[in-house]
Amino acid sequence: MIFDWAFAVSILPDLGRALGVTVRATLAGMALALALGLAWALLRRAPARAVRLAVFWGVEFVRSTPLLVQIYFLFFVLPGAGITLSPFATGVLALGLHYSAYTAEVYRAGIEAVPRGQWEAAWALGLSPGHTWRAVVLPQAIPPVVPALGNYLVAMFKDSPMLAGITVVELLQTAKLIGAETFRYLEPLTLVGLLFLAVSLVSARAIRHLERRLAAR
Amino acid sequence: MPPADGPVQVPPGTPIVRMRGVRKAFGDALVLDGLDLDVPAGQKVALIGPSGAGKSTVLRILMTLERVDAGTVEIAGEPMWTMPRGGRAVPADRAHLRSVRRRVGMVFQHFNLFPHMTVLRNVTEAPRHVLGLARDAAEARARELLELVGLADKLEAYPSELSGGQQQRAAIARALAMRPELMLFDEVTSALDPELVDEVLGVLRRLARESRMTLLIVTHEIGFAREIADRVVFMDGGRIVEDDAPEAIFTNPRNERTRRFLRSVLRG
Repeated sequence: MIFDWAFAVSILPDLGRALGVTVRATLAGMALALALGLAWALLRRAPARAVRLAVFWGVEFVRSTPLLVQIYFLFFVLPGAGITLSPFATGVLALGLHYSAYTAEVYRAGIEAVPRGQWEAAWALGLSPGHTWRAVVLPQAIPPVVPALGNYLVAMFKDSPMLAGITVVELLQTAKLIGAETFRYLEPLTLVGLLFLAVSLVSARAIRHLERRLAAR
Repeated sequence: MPPADGPVQVPPGTPIVRMRGVRKAFGDALVLDGLDLDVPAGQKVALIGPSGAGKSTVLRILMTLERVDAGTVEIAGEPMWTMPRGGRAVPADRAHLRSVRRRVGMVFQHFNLFPHMTVLRNVTEAPRHVLGLARDAAEARARELLELVGLADKLEAYPSELSGGQQQRAAIARALAMRPELMLFDEVTSALDPELVDEVLGVLRRLARESRMTLLIVTHEIGFAREIADRVVFMDGGRIVEDDAPEAIFTNPRNERTRRFLRSVLRG
């Protein structure tokens, strides 16, 4: 089989559009994972023991079950519960929820690294718990863990083809459709790999750049 | 309920600190063993003694950073861990703890400045968000205090750009900005290089001379304690062993343990 450059160029616009879907799903999923993960990390320190335990086991459960199972579960079970989301929204929800279990751990490490003296100084000054979190603890806890969070962004990007399983027309799904129509799989799948590689490399560089800037502060 | 800012009225004759039978243990280690201590408003008290005597724990209890296992603590006549409700004493809620510790400020051995904030913001953060001061008012107050501690040219510096002595002086300004009635100094020169100790002691000396605040100073600087304190409390083994005017303690200690301690620190 010979790589047909003309064919590859002709399918590039379709794949480019599909890449847009993949990137949007990843970014939306990451935004959700960042917000939910922070919520889990904070709830892990809630005054009520029942809340702490519930969040601990919830996070354990999500981390210990495969993403693909969670994607299928949300896609096929949620409508039965009366919640109907588009495949794209379901996919974003699944990615965000799954990765929030990991980002929660990253936030937790960052929060635990803030010295006890910072909490004590905030308490001695009379700062409220909410203000202590917002103005004192989180601004110190998050910058050091940005690289670790960024790594999960890249990991999530590479997991996004699983959304093909629930009919989201993202990059891999598009390549499969092109293949089914033209009986040529070499070019679309090669391009999919190359596009993933390109975006991953660019993201990794951006994260390293961010890491250096944070370290310089 | 005291007013949000400014001096709080205390009934005359009420000690600002009143501790009775305070016990505190960390695990198996008994740190305070039935401690009684009264401090009248305005007094400058030096708390001295060997390490492990419980001096810092006394300050941490007064700052509500530690709970007592037994005994009572009152700040300006108000019980710290309980509050009156319906004629009975019930456990203190958050608002009560806030109003009690509004009267108290603390400076720590390791400064504990907020490293991601400038010096100016370190000093204005609590006045703005706890006392509700406008930015201008909080900054005016901060500038005045930072000038007092000799940091007028470091307003926009970050703590990491300052020497230890400068950081500690900024931390003193930060605590003063809340205008506490009682200031607690927990070995504030112990983490400093020897050549930086004097600049911090100079600030404390000035506070002791010029302010009407009550100062409770845990220190290993015996000469300094003798110079600025109205009263010296010597602790050992979780109890107060001797409690007297500086001249009496330093020239004529009555207790054998005090004598031994003073001999060892004065020789060292």
